[in-house]
Amino acid sequence: MAVISINRKVKDDISPSVIKVENNVMNIDVGKSEDKKAEIPNKKIILLSKSAREFLFKKTFPPLLGVALFIVGWALLAQQSENLPGPEKTWNSAVELFSDPFYDNGPNDKGIGWNLLNSLQRVGIGFGLAALIGIPVGFMIGRFAFFNGMTSPIISLLRPVSPLAWLPIGLLVFQDSQPAAIWVIFISSIWPMMINTAVGVTKIPQDYMNVARVLKLSEWKIFTRILFPAVLPYMMTGVRLSIGVAWLVIVAAEMLTGGVGIGFWVWDEWNNLNVEHIIIAIFIIGIVGLLLEKFLMLIAKRFEY
Amino acid sequence: MSKYVHVENVKVVFETKNGSFTAITDIDLSVQQGEFISIIGHSGCGKSTLLNLVAGLIEPTEGALFCSGREIDGPGPERAVVFQNHSLLPWLTCFGNVYLAVERVFSRKEDKASLKKRTNDALELVGLSHATHKLPHEISGGMKQRVGIARALSMQPKVLLLDEPFGALDALTRANLQDELMRIVAASGTTSIMVTHDVDEAVLLSDRIVMMTNGPSATIGEILNVNLPRPRNRLALVENTEYTHLRSEVLKFLYERQAKKAA
Ligand SMILES: Nc1ncnc2c1ncn2[C@@H]1O[C@H](COP(=O)(O)OP(=O)(O)OP(=O)(O)O)[C@@H](O)[C@H]1O
Ligand SMILES: [Mg+2]
Repeated sequence: MAVISINRKVKDDISPSVIKVENNVMNIDVGKSEDKKAEIPNKKIILLSKSAREFLFKKTFPPLLGVALFIVGWALLAQQSENLPGPEKTWNSAVELFSDPFYDNGPNDKGIGWNLLNSLQRVGIGFGLAALIGIPVGFMIGRFAFFNGMTSPIISLLRPVSPLAWLPIGLLVFQDSQPAAIWVIFISSIWPMMINTAVGVTKIPQDYMNVARVLKLSEWKIFTRILFPAVLPYMMTGVRLSIGVAWLVIVAAEMLTGGVGIGFWVWDEWNNLNVEHIIIAIFIIGIVGLLLEKFLMLIAKRFEY
Repeated sequence: MSKYVHVENVKVVFETKNGSFTAITDIDLSVQQGEFISIIGHSGCGKSTLLNLVAGLIEPTEGALFCSGREIDGPGPERAVVFQNHSLLPWLTCFGNVYLAVERVFSRKEDKASLKKRTNDALELVGLSHATHKLPHEISGGMKQRVGIARALSMQPKVLLLDEPFGALDALTRANLQDELMRIVAASGTTSIMVTHDVDEAVLLSDRIVMMTNGPSATIGEILNVNLPRPRNRLALVENTEYTHLRSEVLKFLYERQAKKAA
């Protein structure tokens, strides 16, 4: 469900830029929400007070200018090089690509929508499993010094390992590329959640624990009434970092494992020498990553007390 | 029951980076049932340490503590604590904070309706019925402290331990809460031990004032009996010679015999 709605958001965000480029405003920053506000007020701006106008200007002008310069720079660069397609060419290619995102011509030729959904599904499963295991383990590490002592050498050793180094092990154990990619997501996104949760538990003010001690609360009550709510903000930070890592890693993992997915799609387009598509993929990956992050920030905000 | 709470030859040594630090030593104290005791002394002399010992939050290095004939071997709801900084759980409402305590103490014998009634009664006692469903960050400092008091009282503890319960409050709120506490404790007959910095507060509320010497290795310097009749009225006491005398006794102890050298 979430996967599909995110995907739809991507399209919504991209389509308005058609108008902008044609109007010579040259704004292709589809990730920023400010640019939408920016185009409407042009007429209304006279009605706004001076301070509101100044505020709007300060908020929207720098990002607009930045994006415009970026696109100009890109266009100039593209003019010098014969291999690098310019913004306009890329744009036209994107319009074509997104006119039919869900076509299916067999296992090796699927629409961009399918590729994206497949990647998101892998990330969802790997990340979900990591949360399922990492968060409870984080609680145990934070709560029980013995457990912390037991696990800390292993964690310190495994955490800095580059995500892709885990891929051969996954391929060996699972004998299949699909679970191997999920495994890489799992192992690389588990650490931020585990460690942030554990840190959150140790950061609980002694006062709260003294309340628990005076009341002689059961371990379950301590967990539900004190540990969990106190750790939630830390946990959400971990979750946010983890999803970022997962999205970073999936592209690289899919390049190696193949199958249907945005990472493999990039690799495939490279083999076809379709550079426009590679650039589009970079934008898509960036936008989806940004949306995932924004979405989790929104959830995290709800848990602040 | 002349020795309801009994502290016997207690010494507390903290192990720190710079070696061991003797906070308090040779503490002997007996508190009768229903008595109100104040502990007063300069900052850092070990008042909280003594209170935390009775609460069971820390253990004595030497000596032993007893409550109602049994050795104290850890904290428990029969010795409720009003913490210096209120220590409310920020994600629970006023009701939720008190209910957590009520539920813990009474849920075995009583149904939900009666637990809720106890919670509401406790909040009403401290005049907070209107703020029942507010979160701690939505109410004032004085109100928070009152919730802390309601939480402690709702447990119907055998001993009420208060660590500078009014320390962070303005003079008006403080006076109101002192009067309320006096009324509640008198009505319930709860044995109470309160840490304070405030001489007037100590004389007004206490049956006895325990005055501590300066640390390190602080101990009980003197115990002052306060034989003022109850109920006590703060306005009437201003004119009372016994009150004035007791007040100056405490002041003399603190500022002549235990004068803090300027650091
Ligand atoms: N956990 C601890 N480890 C080391 N030293 C401690 C510890 N707790 C308290 N102390 C020391 O013991 C002494 C007494 O501390 P305590 O908190 O009991 O003082 P207090 O009389 O309550 O002071 P205040 O009035 O400022 O609250 C202080 O010097 C303090 O530094
Ligand atoms: Mg103290």
